[in-house]
Amino acid sequence: MTDVQWESLSNWAVAASGIVYFLALLVHLAEWASLRKVPVAAGAAATASVDIPGGIAVATGPGGEAARQDEGSARRTEFLGRLGYLLTVLAVAVQLVALVGRGMAADPDRVPWGNMYEFTLTGTFVVAALYVALYHRFRLAWMAPIVVAFVLSVLMVAVIWLYAPVAPLTEALSSYWLVIHVVAAVIATGAFTLGGITSALYLVKERASERESGYIARLPKPEVLDRVSYRLHAFGFPVWTFAVLITGPIWAHQAWSSYWNWDPKEVWAFITWVVYAAYLHARTTAGWKGRNAAILALVGVATLWFNFIGINYFSTTSQHSYASGAPALVEPAAPQPDALG
Amino acid sequence: MTTPTRTSLSTRPPEDDRRPGELTLRELLRWTWRQLTSMRTALILLLLLALAAVPGSIIPQEGVDSLKTSNWRSDHPDLSPVYDRLGLFSVYDSPWFSAIYLLLMVSLVGCIIPRAIHYWRGMWVAPPAAPRNLTRLPDHATYHTAVAPDAVLERAHATLRRRRYRLSIDAGADAVAAERGYLREVGNLVFHLAVLVVLVGFGLGGLFGYKGGVILLVGDDYGFSNNLTQYDDFDPGSLFRDSDMEPFSFSIDDFSVEWLTSGPRAGMARGFESHLTYRESPGGPERTYDLKVNHPLSIGNTEVFLIGHGYAPVITIRDGNGDEVYSGPTIFLPTDQTFQSIGVVKAPDAEPTQIGLEGEFYPTVAFSKQTGSYFSLFGRPVDPMVSMLVYTGDLGMDDGQPQSVYSLDKTGTTMLKKANGAPYRIDLRPGEQVTLPDGLGSVSFDGLERWNKIQVSQTPGKWIALVGVVLALLGLLGSLFIRPRRVWVRARRDGDGTLVEVAALDRSGGGDVAAVVAQLVTDLQEPDREDNS
Ligand code: HEM
Repeated sequence: MTDVQWESLSNWAVAASGIVYFLALLVHLAEWASLRKVPVAAGAAATASVDIPGGIAVATGPGGEAARQDEGSARRTEFLGRLGYLLTVLAVAVQLVALVGRGMAADPDRVPWGNMYEFTLTGTFVVAALYVALYHRFRLAWMAPIVVAFVLSVLMVAVIWLYAPVAPLTEALSSYWLVIHVVAAVIATGAFTLGGITSALYLVKERASERESGYIARLPKPEVLDRVSYRLHAFGFPVWTFAVLITGPIWAHQAWSSYWNWDPKEVWAFITWVVYAAYLHARTTAGWKGRNAAILALVGVATLWFNFIGINYFSTTSQHSYASGAPALVEPAAPQPDALG
Repeated sequence: MTTPTRTSLSTRPPEDDRRPGELTLRELLRWTWRQLTSMRTALILLLLLALAAVPGSIIPQEGVDSLKTSNWRSDHPDLSPVYDRLGLFSVYDSPWFSAIYLLLMVSLVGCIIPRAIHYWRGMWVAPPAAPRNLTRLPDHATYHTAVAPDAVLERAHATLRRRRYRLSIDAGADAVAAERGYLREVGNLVFHLAVLVVLVGFGLGGLFGYKGGVILLVGDDYGFSNNLTQYDDFDPGSLFRDSDMEPFSFSIDDFSVEWLTSGPRAGMARGFESHLTYRESPGGPERTYDLKVNHPLSIGNTEVFLIGHGYAPVITIRDGNGDEVYSGPTIFLPTDQTFQSIGVVKAPDAEPTQIGLEGEFYPTVAFSKQTGSYFSLFGRPVDPMVSMLVYTGDLGMDDGQPQSVYSLDKTGTTMLKKANGAPYRIDLRPGEQVTLPDGLGSVSFDGLERWNKIQVSQTPGKWIALVGVVLALLGLLGSLFIRPRRVWVRARRDGDGTLVEVAALDRSGGGDVAAVVAQLVTDLQEPDREDNS
């Protein structure tokens, strides 16, 4: 295949995965809509209160008058849930094709993160893929509509505002340290994003724990949400540490002669790291666990996405000028501002 | 926290004559220390550290980009003194930023030393005996079996041992107590200690290291030897000594750029490479090295990086007497990806008046009708041209004030104009010469050379920092993923059979021990079925 064909394959696959995500979202919305009026069965709540995170409670409820009446609708929602999940898996697979196509379209072939568009494509892919991978282990069914809606909207933003044609990487970007660095940073971003979603739902659930029906009522108990959130963060934090405090500095040292430059991008990666360290501490500190910890997790995810998108617009310090003293020097070694993980 | 007020009839010992509620100095110190080393303080200090790092990403920083900083200063003359006093132009060396992380470190030390001692002792004690009532624990299970209690306990023993639990040996007891995950605390301590190690490494680099930049022309005629006078900019740590500089020297024999010829970034530079000849010491053998981005040259503890490149048009100025008053490659600084560059030529010795030139260099010149000005199509020198304005008068170079070679002090000068009042501009292609009006002299563009921006740095302690972060990561993995838990199995005669109680306790607050209990129950019951069949 030629580069042009790869590029159009990639564009086509992005559109296709968007459509499949959209279908998955519709299916999940239908699933939750059909549950809206059904009260959470008392028995189901009791069963779910054992230490098992998540799951839509309906399927676990024992027999009972109300339950038997709803058996048909229960089966239907279960089917919808499974269909939505399968569609999401399909969309993730198609998105992978889009990423591979993007990399193959460049000459020479390369990793698909040369600009903001490709980063966003990769980032949303990782969020969705992590969700798909952890779905069974952490029983994430309750997260489905939110994750799919999130991925779909960010993907739309990428296509509409961030699209850029395929171009080769600047030289500083073609280092294998960079590849490791970005892979790790993007994986951590995915985990932190899922963790942030969970923490947000924790805060909602905690305030509305007496709801009897609807989406909120069917969320797992706050303790369970808190634990799932912790495990996502506990996975993300070491990966982030590896990305921004080990591979990032190694790469920076090779490219710019100094492993830590207090560049705005680095500063914000550090801020994110410190906030998540605070989150981990908060979880073990009386008076901070629960609510405050969840708020810290949200602050963390805000700093993360601000660094990813916002810093390019706010900072007055150019990413390009690492050479103090030499005015207005074009730094060929400096990557595009958006290309720093 | 407050002492209840007592009456004067207090039976306190007479030597204690302070007023109620008052703390002795020692108590105050101890109280402060306890506050400082509490988890809550650490948490707040962490958040403060994050907050304190923010301004440095918004306000230009002296150590990151001094040019931006000085531009910002001249744009904000009112704010700058205030910012200076607050240290906002060098946030990361400012007293308040340092205070936060030093306090955090003190808190860290104060926190981990007692914990280290505590866990060291804890490492060697046997798992605590089973609580009297296992079913009171949140995660527990009970079942009946025909197997005798001793056999159940033996099986529990074997199963838990296989899972690498530490077991308490207590003959004659009706329960097995087991514990695992001791290394979690070790991991946590390693992590916190490693944070200190990283800081030491980072500090060494900042104090003893240096970073300097030099713009060096390509060619055997030009060279660099590593001493202070040769640098264009130099940023040493506060404890750096000149004697730490290694006595190497090098020159750039050749420089090649790989230009992109197609695609949306056509015309831009992709790869570039400098062929260096260097000596590690004045008498040492000559060696060569291909310097590229991401491939620094290490000489001893010093590293040499290629971080930029550009053009140096060779310009000659003859004055009114026909004397050559300036001649040589002149460094022009690129302003964008097409290598349109700006530069200045100064001829203070010219007669009858000093001459200064200021203008642009275009590697491949093109004219835009829209803007009415020249621009550069791309960075490759296909059709190079310089376009400069001429200034005469006093260039301000005689008063001993150091001047940047990249800017012209125009206060004492006048710009040369044509008869119609428009600025007099000289546009030259290589080999061309113009004669200036009014008998001022002539200017010629004789050829094109290239320069490289080379960065030289010494970062002591970088290996310490690296080992530190790697240790921190390993410790972190232990601290986050080793699940410390205690498990108890109790078996008692109950009627004809045996009542077995299993309970587990997670000690990290993040674990999910219901599954552990369920698994253990399954394992314990598994052979029962075999017995029955
Ligand atoms: C540079 C500052 C610090 C950083 C980056 C840091 C980071 C961390 C991290 C990431 C954890 C998570 C481990 C886990 O959740 O199991 C942790 C745990 C812990 N930290 Fe720190 N810490 C710092 C300072 C301190 C200080 C000053 C104290 C003392 C008050 C402290 C006490 C603890 C304790 C007791 C734990 C264990 C929590 C647990 O068992 O889960 N830390 N720290």
